[in-house]
Amino acid sequence: MKIPIVENILSTNDRLAAENERTLEASGVLAVNIMSAPGAGKTSLIGSTIKALRNHTRIGVIEGDVASRVDADFIESLGVPVVQINTGGTCHLDANMVQLALAQLPLNALDVLLIENVGNLICPTDFALGETLKVMISSVPEGDDKPYKYPAMFAVVDAVVVNKVDLVPHVEFGMEGFRKLVEGLNPDVQFFEVSCRSGEGVQGWLDWLLSKVTKAPSHSTM
Amino acid sequence: MHELPVTQGMLSIALEHANKAHATRITDINLVIGELSGIVDDSVQFYFDFISQGTPAEGAVLHFERIPAQFRCRECQATFSPTNRNWVCPQCGQWKVEIVAGREFYVESIEVE
Repeated sequence: MKIPIVENILSTNDRLAAENERTLEASGVLAVNIMSAPGAGKTSLIGSTIKALRNHTRIGVIEGDVASRVDADFIESLGVPVVQINTGGTCHLDANMVQLALAQLPLNALDVLLIENVGNLICPTDFALGETLKVMISSVPEGDDKPYKYPAMFAVVDAVVVNKVDLVPHVEFGMEGFRKLVEGLNPDVQFFEVSCRSGEGVQGWLDWLLSKVTKAPSHSTM
Repeated sequence: MHELPVTQGMLSIALEHANKAHATRITDINLVIGELSGIVDDSVQFYFDFISQGTPAEGAVLHFERIPAQFRCRECQATFSPTNRNWVCPQCGQWKVEIVAGREFYVESIEVE
């Protein structure tokens, strides 16, 4: 006997993600899922963001890594609450891991939660976390052909941050062609060209991020 | 790269529906998987054989229907299959695409006894 089903294999994850979304909304927290290949600059962008905004915006961080506390130690040194998730080999964060991490964060005392996913351009695309925004970092040394290889990721994000633009003179990277590819896949995407190292272009990213914060500014002064 | 959690999700969906239908054994599981979903068939079957042991799904055969990636032009609505480095719409020459197929990832049906 045949039983028709048509149920998404990741439906359990999607249910947990919806719960996370409600939890975050109830606390008025803007949650940003930050995805990229390893070494593109997720931790650097999070670090730059915290340093620029920490005096007037309350930021918390979830750090996802296969192993180690290296990133969490760095974020902690910046004086913001951080939870490290070690996935123990799994290539992405899932909604269940994030749910456990949310329970350890002072959500009512946060305006923004930056979630650093595991460095990977494939798997994180399929696993909703309950985030408000999806942001992808694509760094110049990775090459300008990445949208061809990972179209699903480029198509679903709210913003693409091109990091390491200070290296453009040293490597072959056609920014115009790259941007055309990205916007061809995702016409509503926000596109930022930054160098976390020099600070170039980071302000544009910060302005956009702050424009998405829903909590009243009076909550977050000092 | 995440076949184990995916296989667990798939198994629990199949078992839940078999249980509801009072079936004692699942013989086949039909899956629909898009080309862009990054799942390796052999790897899923490998995990499945292992984690289904002792359940009504033990010994079930997995069938993978693969859906190729398909784009739709946002300008003229033509649908086309992307080739390696050519995403230009064959009809109007624009470069504005929407992914309409290739991300599928679901249990379509099961065969039970």
